[in-house]
Amino acid sequence: MMKIVVDRARCTGIGICEAIAPTVFEVDDDGGLVLLSQLVPHGVAAEVAEAVEGCPTLALRLEP
Amino acid sequence: MIAVSAEEIRCLVAVGASLAGVRAVEAARKAGFEGRVTLIGAEPHPPYDRPPLSKEFLRPDHAPEPVVLHGRAELVEDFEAEVLLGAPATGLDLDARTVRAGDADVPYDALVIATGAAARELPGTGHLSGVHVLRDLDDAKAIRLALDDGARTVVIGAGFIGSEVASAARRRGLDATVVEARPTPLVRAIGPDLGSALAGLHERNGATLICGRPVTGLEGTGAVERVHLADGTMVEADLVVVGVGAVPCTDWLAGSGLELDDGVVCDEFLQTSAPGVYAAGDVARWNNPQFDRMMRVEHWSNAAEQGVRAARNAISPTTAAEPYTTVPYFWSDWYGSRIQFVGLAARDQHEVVSGDLAGDHFVALYRECDKLTGALTLNGRRHIMKYRRLIAQGATFEEALAFSRTVAARPRSRGPQ
Repeated sequence: MMKIVVDRARCTGIGICEAIAPTVFEVDDDGGLVLLSQLVPHGVAAEVAEAVEGCPTLALRLEP
Repeated sequence: MIAVSAEEIRCLVAVGASLAGVRAVEAARKAGFEGRVTLIGAEPHPPYDRPPLSKEFLRPDHAPEPVVLHGRAELVEDFEAEVLLGAPATGLDLDARTVRAGDADVPYDALVIATGAAARELPGTGHLSGVHVLRDLDDAKAIRLALDDGARTVVIGAGFIGSEVASAARRRGLDATVVEARPTPLVRAIGPDLGSALAGLHERNGATLICGRPVTGLEGTGAVERVHLADGTMVEADLVVVGVGAVPCTDWLAGSGLELDDGVVCDEFLQTSAPGVYAAGDVARWNNPQFDRMMRVEHWSNAAEQGVRAARNAISPTTAAEPYTTVPYFWSDWYGSRIQFVGLAARDQHEVVSGDLAGDHFVALYRECDKLTGALTLNGRRHIMKYRRLIAQGATFEEALAFSRTVAARPRSRGPQ
């Protein structure tokens, strides 16, 4: 199962990922990204992949 | 119209090598398109990301390096694209199915027009140095140099980009003046009350905001020295940044026969009036099924998503075409505060559901009849995307108000710091 990795130095909490996969990503009040799941949950792999590719600051990646 | 089958599409051309065009190239390859792909760009630089140019790029504590989307080698090797940079498109021949770029006629079976928009300039100011728009990397470099030199900064137009430049000037402790011709800033984008609320950030952060006084001229010998306003006021300036909107880059399409109307007119599939020709990004005016109206959107996420959708539709028009529907989203950073907006701003029909308009945090919701149509937040990053989803789901305004009470009641979520 793929693991989601956030580059905290790059992430500015723009929230595109939350818009695409709200069950996995949530931006907090300070703009920090909360991973509601560290691993890519079954059923939302396509959304998570889209969120990773759609990140404006290239702050997300998937690792085995 | 004769349907073009996917098998007949052998070459895809994307005109415009910024976000939408680059995403179109990526999407075609990811969808398994094996034909020829050509990316045509007006600027000599490899494709780069624009939002940071008015944000991180101007910060004194950041290295002024562009965020490159893909280097030329990456486009050629990873995406097997032919890349023509520094080659502005100058014409489109719909009968011959060719794009004129530089001194070449590039043939296409499927075309994605993504030539973006150009910053509107102030007429009659071209002779003065120190006067800039902010749209491309060269503009941003010039503005950054002037800020590093301690320029007294005047921004013409209290829009989002201009306000970001004023923030960058104030971050260095420089004098910054924002001049807006209308009585209230950002009226068309977010309405007068919320426009005034955001304008308050300028004054609270030491910038001067002058509204309702149009600029009548710029003065200087060689370099700009003064900005003249309609009431006779003069503001001293070493740097003038003009942020008065953008116009879609369609000049090169004039006379092509393609339907144009403040952008390239598209249906909900992003297809233009010509078969096989699609448009994406700032240049596209399309019918957005989400709101059932024609829209042209100059936002990052729209360019990224439309580039993908236009390319997928262009390469598989009969088998995989889907409409492009979206809730527009943009963000802007002023004085360390994050402004975010989703949806449409119905003028004067809004309600503040968290914080207050005089402070450094608020969430405001917009309605049209009984529907939630938009949300604006100042430092409300936890809130904004939840409303984007509600708008996408067609939530009523009452449902949104009820939801806002549950969000407010929930404990603050905290990410790793």
